[in-house]
Amino acid sequence: MSKKAGRKSAATGGSLCFHDVRIALARRRLIDLDTCIGPGEVLTVMGPSGCGKSSLLAYVAGFLDPAFDASGNITLGGRKITELPAEARKVGLLFQDALLFPHMSVGGNLAFALPHDPMMNAALRKARIEEALAEAGLSGMADRDPATLSGGQQSRVALMRVLLAHPSALLLDEPFSKLDSELRQQIRDFVFAEAKSRQLPVLLVTHDPADAAAAGGRVIELTG
Amino acid sequence: MLRYAPHLAIALLSGPIIFGLLATLLPAFGYFPALGGNELTIGHFGTLLAQQGLWRSAWISLSACLITTLVSLALVMAFFAAWSNTRFFARVQHLVSPLLSIPHAAAAFGFAFMIAPSGWIMRLVSPELTGLTRPPDVQILNDPWGFAMMAGLVIKEVPFLFLVMLAALPQVRPLAHQKVATGLGYGRMAGFLLVLGPPLYRQMRLAVFAVIAYASSVVDVALILGPTNPAPLAVRLVDWMNDPDLTRRFMASAGAVLQFLLTALALLIWLALERLGGVVMQRLAASGRRYSRDRAARLAAGSAMMLTAGLVLAGLGVLAIWSFAGYWAFPDALPSSWTMKTWSRHLDAVGAPLAVTVEIALAATLIAVIVTLACLERETRLGRGGGSRALGILYLPLLVPQPAFLFGLQMLFLAAGVNGWFWAVVMVHLVFVLPYVFLSLSDPWRALDDRYAKLAASLGAPVNRIFWRIRLPMLLRAVLAAAAIGFAVSIGQYLPTLLIGAGRWPTLTTEAVGLASGGDRRVIGVYAFLQMALPFAGFLVATLVPALLFARRKGMKIG
Repeated sequence: MSKKAGRKSAATGGSLCFHDVRIALARRRLIDLDTCIGPGEVLTVMGPSGCGKSSLLAYVAGFLDPAFDASGNITLGGRKITELPAEARKVGLLFQDALLFPHMSVGGNLAFALPHDPMMNAALRKARIEEALAEAGLSGMADRDPATLSGGQQSRVALMRVLLAHPSALLLDEPFSKLDSELRQQIRDFVFAEAKSRQLPVLLVTHDPADAAAAGGRVIELTG
Repeated sequence: MLRYAPHLAIALLSGPIIFGLLATLLPAFGYFPALGGNELTIGHFGTLLAQQGLWRSAWISLSACLITTLVSLALVMAFFAAWSNTRFFARVQHLVSPLLSIPHAAAAFGFAFMIAPSGWIMRLVSPELTGLTRPPDVQILNDPWGFAMMAGLVIKEVPFLFLVMLAALPQVRPLAHQKVATGLGYGRMAGFLLVLGPPLYRQMRLAVFAVIAYASSVVDVALILGPTNPAPLAVRLVDWMNDPDLTRRFMASAGAVLQFLLTALALLIWLALERLGGVVMQRLAASGRRYSRDRAARLAAGSAMMLTAGLVLAGLGVLAIWSFAGYWAFPDALPSSWTMKTWSRHLDAVGAPLAVTVEIALAATLIAVIVTLACLERETRLGRGGGSRALGILYLPLLVPQPAFLFGLQMLFLAAGVNGWFWAVVMVHLVFVLPYVFLSLSDPWRALDDRYAKLAASLGAPVNRIFWRIRLPMLLRAVLAAAAIGFAVSIGQYLPTLLIGAGRWPTLTTEAVGLASGGDRRVIGVYAFLQMALPFAGFLVATLVPALLFARRKGMKIG
């Protein structure tokens, strides 16, 4: 299954490029970035809290607080996304917490992410969700209450939820920092492998050097 | 659509009040063509001031509102100082919180049934302690000084201030500060009052002002417990307003202006008291005294709080008992026989006001919830919080004395031919329902983790889908709780229903208060019992619906 999804996003996907992106808060320059993240590549941005690394993610995803001054363009697969509303940017977000919607079942969370497709009837959608669960090693858990899953299971559902929305890039905001060390390794490998097989450009923000090492790509250090 | 939500909310809140106040002023100065008043005059104020006992009425209103507020605030503050962050506090909190939803009139009736010479307290201690076999011939209810009325107001304002203070408490970081004070050797109460008291009070000032304004112009509680000869100012105003002699409305309007000034004066006096209190607190704090032995004061604060809550609860119990009572001779603590007769005899009569009460409350609550949700959703989409200016507008209806703008509004509606319309009554209820719905929903709304919405947007969900599928269901519990509060507020409205409804929309509250003078305890028991049961039914629904909908969602239990 992952191969099929991989082909799909590779067809629409491409590089996540920053063209002279500058972000400042109260005249203080936080970010100055001009680079491209290729398909399947991970760019890690490291730095202490408050250095502005999360504002970079917010700018890409379309949630930057108006208190910040931001300039420059971001393109995703050649498409300029800076002026698009957040829901049209096709960038997937993963946070520290899994943030599964507590009022929906596990399957409901995934169904929320799976785009509406007139060619797909309810049974097909259900099958697609079951496949995604199987891929995350969570077969048959569609009807479960997300609050009853373990931390690692929740993280994997959160990743599958992001991937089902067919993103063209992944933004990771310290997504492993709340997991214990053994689980962290396992989830990290799972996330990076899925991103690679789908040829997604990944922007990872973290303060943990081990994350950067596991990502294996370029690292940008922010001093703040 | 959403763009205009805040404008709509402001118009709904301030429109009736501003136009009402203006429309009160005109007839007060003689202008009301429909009644033949074509020129401006101050003569009606002369007529007003010549009324027997007018100053006495004004004095009762003024002293009652200040004493009520002072006692309620002192009681709540002392209780928080003595017991916050203890298990006893948590228990009392569960006892006090539901009392907020009980209409003032029902609480006042229950209180009257407790403290009257033939009330339940006297029955409990007679004849064993008092030797009495007949009710003593003393005036407890409707005493000329208004003490019974003040007490009846205190027991209802205490739960209100309790919940307001509870909401304000986390913002002053109580634990950290209290640790510092205790570390310096201050007693528990002194440490709390000196360190947290002033910032805590600042947080809840508007609510305290609302209590003053309410108590200075209350009508229903005054009719049940207050003095009669002369009655408090607001009661006399309503009498004149409802007088068949329509020309008395000029004097009533002049009186409403006086009521407005009286409430303003009460607030000014309170501001002076605030100053004084501030100086005293500073002196105490600077003196370095520790007041470390406060056991007796703590016990007193705890007992006083239990007593107020207990009086309301026991009063409600006695209301229920009376409605089922057969023969009940004086010193007996319980009726000697029980009967369904009162209920079966009044079941038909009570059906209509019950339906009207529910219809008005549902309509006002539904509108209030929709407007509030629209305002909050717009605020979320624009990514900015509501300022303190918005908060001031929310409190406006709670700070203006009701007769001052309702009189004018009634005359405006009469002139427009809409007085007595169902939707006119709903609109005036909304003036009071909307602030409570907004105040109770805005905090949980703003506290929702905004990453859920961001995540949903990054999954491709447009703003409307995020509202319907994420925010609304996640906040369903808070929305329904706010609706239940709005429902309870509407049920308790007396004066707006009476004046704007033109007698065509009798509710449980107007009917119950109307029974006060008759004094048939069994019938009052039926009406007041329903009056308090209805808000509880609202809260029950608000608790059960999310519990059933999300029975299998553990993550929805706390939020």
